Amino acid sequence: MLKFIFRRVFLEALPTLLVLITVTFFLIRLAPGGPFSSEANVPPEVMAAIAAKYRLDQPVWQQYLGYLADLARGDFGPSFKYKDFSVNDLVYAAAPVSFRLGIMAFIVAMLIGISAGITAALKQNTWVDYAVMGVSMVGVVLPNFVLAPVLALVFAIWLKWLPAGGWEGGALAYVVLPVAVLCKHYISVIARITRGSMIEVLSSPFIRTARAKGLPMGYILRRHAMKPALLPVISYLGPAFVGIITGSVVVETFFGIPGIGQLFVNGALNRDYPMVLGLTILVGALTIFFNAVVDILYGFIDPRIRIH
Amino acid sequence: MTTLSAREALRLAKPLPPLPGLDESINLSIRGRSLWADARRRFLRNHAAVASLVILAIIVLLCAFGSVASPHAFDEPDFENMHAAPSAETAHWFGSDNLGRDLYVRTLLGGRISLMVGALGAVVAVLIGTLYGATAGFVGGKTDSVMMRLLEILASFPVMFLVILLMTFFGRELWLIFLAIGAVSWLDMARIVRGQTLSLKRKEFVEAAHVCGVSTFGIITRHIVPNVLGIVAVYATLLVPSMILFESFLSYLGLGVQEPMTSWGALLEQGAKSIEAAPWELAFPATFLVTTLFCFNFIGDGLRDALDPKDR
Repeated sequence: MLKFIFRRVFLEALPTLLVLITVTFFLIRLAPGGPFSSEANVPPEVMAAIAAKYRLDQPVWQQYLGYLADLARGDFGPSFKYKDFSVNDLVYAAAPVSFRLGIMAFIVAMLIGISAGITAALKQNTWVDYAVMGVSMVGVVLPNFVLAPVLALVFAIWLKWLPAGGWEGGALAYVVLPVAVLCKHYISVIARITRGSMIEVLSSPFIRTARAKGLPMGYILRRHAMKPALLPVISYLGPAFVGIITGSVVVETFFGIPGIGQLFVNGALNRDYPMVLGLTILVGALTIFFNAVVDILYGFIDPRIRIH
Repeated sequence: MTTLSAREALRLAKPLPPLPGLDESINLSIRGRSLWADARRRFLRNHAAVASLVILAIIVLLCAFGSVASPHAFDEPDFENMHAAPSAETAHWFGSDNLGRDLYVRTLLGGRISLMVGALGAVVAVLIGTLYGATAGFVGGKTDSVMMRLLEILASFPVMFLVILLMTFFGRELWLIFLAIGAVSWLDMARIVRGQTLSLKRKEFVEAAHVCGVSTFGIITRHIVPNVLGIVAVYATLLVPSMILFESFLSYLGLGVQEPMTSWGALLEQGAKSIEAAPWELAFPATFLVTTLFCFNFIGDGLRDALDPKDR
């Protein structure tokens, strides 16, 4: 097991992260005109800080090594847009908001998605099954940026039940609509995955044996069917995490939530290069880290994985 | 005396005379069915897929030619009719936006851009993915494991963030959107094609080509690629809606197509802003976008059912 973890972290996750950082570093230096040269609206003191920060007076390989060293210390440099803030300050303020939103959406998606998937699998080829699958197809196809305005129109403007935007420190009323929009896609996907694997598990011999022994269906589900049926869902957690961060870009922009997604979009619109670069690497690192964690978790649950 | 071509000879020879003693109604001549004829028959039996195909064709034709019917130009402001409701009198059939520009024309223009991004992005992804996957699968060995390792690394990148990073640094050009979206979406395609290639390369006809001295590149392009086209077609159909969605997403954030050009995503962003006063500004582009996405998904599912060899 230790060997598996070692291989997964040091031979897969870390090199991937290094490639990501290297690619972004050199891509940006390929950009026409150079990203750090021709911005008219950057105050001179920021420009000086940038020049020092990115070691623009040194050869490229020293810039690269210095950049790696900075990142290793978790230092993303100054923001172009906000003169007195570093990227770190802004990210520290925004990250808890995004994580809170993401984790809530994630929990809701898991609860509803898994129960809907199991229900559909148990009632396979009945109207319940068709309803769940139909709704989940809508959930996959309907984009966040269509659902968000429609929900806001219905619940905030027509019914006046919920606020149409804002965060207010994460008060419950402000969270409902963003979480609903954010988890929609994952409910659908998790329901589909759960249904598929549950149907497969339910038709396997050990379930037939359990039923032949006369065990009640609820007990069979809890004791025998759940664990193997949920394995594919666990392997979906990595991509789901990334998706929730990605999806939160639209949700945060629409509902005016001060999280990482909004920071990223504003950075991109304002050409705040260090911000965009820093967030890309940060999210990349989180993605890679999370995928590794999910793999290792999977290795604990399913011993077959460790061998390959 | 006329000589018969081989095909004609076959055609003339084919209908067997009914065997004596058998009922006439039993037709004994068996006509061969090609994979594609079979697939077409199965696809046509799938009502959802066929209906989607028809609706999609209507949307495409409307986007291509529909704006001729309107007296308005896509970038012509009409300050008399800002945020105007849909009406036949002003010929703003879908209403107008915050500058009084006609939404009917803009929705169709946006559709043209969105569909084009979807189609071209899918073409780029299919080209890169098929060649990459076929090469990795066919060459095998060290090359394969290096190529697959690279693929895994790319797959664990935060793609959307990377594309936005590219747009930030290199400018928001339309061709760059095509390229960026296509260039990051070929990974799944490559994986699928590689799997198919691995099973194909053991087949006799590939060995025969080897014996005849066909080069590796020749075998890949002439023998492997045509044989994986079925599955590629299925995934390309499913790729188009995800491309359209991705472009809409970028445009919605203001990072995609720039004014005065537009796309469904950009229109949705405008519509979302004025949803309270003018809900039609969201409704029409959203209907078009969502209908298109549904159609592509149904067609993709239909194609998969039609072409899936497991079904036989």
